[in-house]
Amino acid sequence: MRLRLVPQETNIDFFKHARLTLGASVVAMILSVAVWLGMGLNFGIDFLGGTTIRTESSTPVDVAAYRAALDALDLGDVSITQVFDPTFGPEQNVAMIRIQAQAGQESVTPETVLAVQDALRTVYPAMSFPSVESVGPKVSGELIQTAIIAVIASLGAILVYIWLRFEWQFSVGAVAALIHDIILTVGLFALLQIRFDLATIAALLTIVGYSINDTVVIFDRLRENLVKYKSRGLQDVMNLSANETLSRTLMTSGTTLLALLALLVLGGDVIRGFVFAIFWGVIVGTYSSIFVAKNIVLMIGVKRDWSKPDAKAGTQFSNIDA
Amino acid sequence: MLQIPVWNKMVIILLVLAGIAFAMPNLFYERVERHNDAVALIERTGATTDALEAERALWPDLLPGTLVNLGLDLRGGAHLLAEVQVADVYEARMDALWPELRDVLREVRDTVGTIRRQDAPAGELHVRISEPAGIAAAVEAARRLATPVVSLTGVGAPTLEVRGDNDLLIVTLSEAERQATDDRTMQQSVEIVRRRVDEAGTREPTIQRQGADRILIQVPGIGSAQELKDLIGTTARLTFHPVVSRTTDAQAEVDARQILLPSMDEEGAFYVLEQTPVVTGDDLVDSQPAFDQQTGQPAVTFRFNPSGARAFGDYTAANVGAPFAIVLDEEVISAPVIRQAITGGSGQITGNFTVEGSTELAVLLRAGALPAEMVFLEERTIGPELGADSIAAGEIAAVVAFASVLVFMVLSYGLFGFFASVALILNVGLIFGVLSVIGATLTLPGIAGIVLTIGMAVDANVLVFERIREELKTAKGPARAIEQGYARALSAIIDANLTTFIIAVILFTLGSGPVRGFSITLGIGIITSVFTAIYVTRLLIVTWFDRARPKTIEV
Repeated sequence: MRLRLVPQETNIDFFKHARLTLGASVVAMILSVAVWLGMGLNFGIDFLGGTTIRTESSTPVDVAAYRAALDALDLGDVSITQVFDPTFGPEQNVAMIRIQAQAGQESVTPETVLAVQDALRTVYPAMSFPSVESVGPKVSGELIQTAIIAVIASLGAILVYIWLRFEWQFSVGAVAALIHDIILTVGLFALLQIRFDLATIAALLTIVGYSINDTVVIFDRLRENLVKYKSRGLQDVMNLSANETLSRTLMTSGTTLLALLALLVLGGDVIRGFVFAIFWGVIVGTYSSIFVAKNIVLMIGVKRDWSKPDAKAGTQFSNIDA
Repeated sequence: MLQIPVWNKMVIILLVLAGIAFAMPNLFYERVERHNDAVALIERTGATTDALEAERALWPDLLPGTLVNLGLDLRGGAHLLAEVQVADVYEARMDALWPELRDVLREVRDTVGTIRRQDAPAGELHVRISEPAGIAAAVEAARRLATPVVSLTGVGAPTLEVRGDNDLLIVTLSEAERQATDDRTMQQSVEIVRRRVDEAGTREPTIQRQGADRILIQVPGIGSAQELKDLIGTTARLTFHPVVSRTTDAQAEVDARQILLPSMDEEGAFYVLEQTPVVTGDDLVDSQPAFDQQTGQPAVTFRFNPSGARAFGDYTAANVGAPFAIVLDEEVISAPVIRQAITGGSGQITGNFTVEGSTELAVLLRAGALPAEMVFLEERTIGPELGADSIAAGEIAAVVAFASVLVFMVLSYGLFGFFASVALILNVGLIFGVLSVIGATLTLPGIAGIVLTIGMAVDANVLVFERIREELKTAKGPARAIEQGYARALSAIIDANLTTFIIAVILFTLGSGPVRGFSITLGIGIITSVFTAIYVTRLLIVTWFDRARPKTIEV
């Protein structure tokens, strides 16, 4: 007996609760933007400038003691977070220390880094520093710019590609779904205050890539069915297409999530934020290709006659109509 | 109907075999690396030892030995993004221009009167003349110094821009010349950084020019960004200046065109020097560590090229008995008195050097001074342990991801799922093969890209299998269903993967470092997964179908 995520034949009416699902998406998007504006994003040094120092010691991390040691240095905003990970050994206690960009310096000077390391060693002499990263405000400003360009460029490229391969209505629907995915992901990052850095942007673009993949498969089937069932209503054909591809949609999301889950749990803390973004994005991306992209296309309407001008089948109907 | 032409089969099989052959060395990473290092060393030195041969024997020469480079986040090392202060050079150019300008203005002394160099903003040369009426003649004379710019873009444009403002003659480099100068400065800086890093003998450093005025430097295996900065960040700019006076006042007033510099050895001693150097380190051709013959102290010898030797000889001949200062990076190393003209073009610097200090200085002088200062915009140090941890975590995650996807596929699609799994294994092999061949760098996000590809690679197969299932319902027989399944799923596969590929390309163009590593594995993964899904799985299914000739199939 085969494992089936969905029954062989499904006949789900995806538009039955269209108002509810689309409404929920709109509300979620508004909430995301509100959280985003209200709480702000926890930008990493890539975008904010500053220095992060990863510390490792065999004694438990004492955030208060670390803070007390660093306060004397007068470095401005310093954040200290302990890092937990299932891959760490029992003697491995890791913390991340972030120091704001210092006025008048491009990247933080070695003297500052040394002072920080010496101060921390007063707490625990054998402490090691597996990574020290410092980004100057000049570069971080440019990185923000590049990141925004990257996101806009990919949305634009997809808009054009879908338009060329399908119809403009489809590309509007697809891009609407992508914006939905991006906003929900950014909102979740704001809500949970997960560090938002360059890798997160890469994750966002991956989500865009994945979600469009899903959407295109449904659109592709829709285009095929629109030719096949010329007399059926658009909503009907959309439902049919979504049902026919549902098994595939869930299978692919299932395998991808399975692989990502392994990475999320076992891949280490360095890329956890990155993997988490993609994991969440696959979920919302799958949802949006079923419940958002099609609805938008339905709202705009779409041309029904996909036959080529010289094809006989196409002209028959038009003759009858005329 | 279910047939694949023989040549087609051959090509598919050959491609897969080639991919696996190139991927294989990565399974024996350390061995192959030691082998490659040994081979490189033998080739470079031309000599071999038993120990080296033993290292070489770790991996057969005949097998492919190219490896995937490990990124800094996996291997540990230092990363720097430096901005070269290209405008520094304009000032040096103006200084170099002054003697020439002085000479041509003296020729027209009758109309311009006496001339005096004024303090000016960086990159400008200001000369005040005593006869404002002669300013046109002065401009005219200065313009004769300009030569056409030598570059691809600014052909014919003059190198200098000269204008007169009442009694002030203002000379600057023209825009075209600035660009050409910037370009040369960058090439020179990259070259010098490369030489200094190479002298340190680290493995596979990356030194790249980025944008108009930046250099990206990545050196695996080095202890910290600070070490790397010490290695490349020292300007090692050596200059020789006439000494005006000596003082202990750090705030001493100096005239225009004079500078106050501290002494390197004597605490609290300062020298007032003429700002324009007599000779600079640019004219050095060689420098070696040595010992002073009289005192036995470590010293550094140097030799000038002919034009440097002439300038140095002329100056020393004209100033016997006067002191001159040897300045390294804005500090006076020493200020000896000229005993006699030094015409041979070589000399010796003694100071408070240690043996290491003199060796290091000689290396820096030999490699050449950086033409301009570098400001570091980004510094990252990743310890080797963290990299090793990341690799270990990534490996475990990849294996678990792999196994669960395989089980899931077989449970869902039975025998077809097994075929897809075989294709998936080959797919990962192909990814590594391609990465090795193109010499790409694997980063931690790159591993994530591979794991993500493992999940997404089955997509094309799933599309086909689902389509075959549907075709089977219309009961046209299994062979027809398989054929139709592949044919009809193709457009969805192409559209879906092309869009993702577009994203990978955008990430590659705009991203840097780790993000780029991710885009590379994602992009390659898309290509290989489409290839394995469309060709390899199909080949497996068709071959099986030919042998077994089942009446019905279950997908």
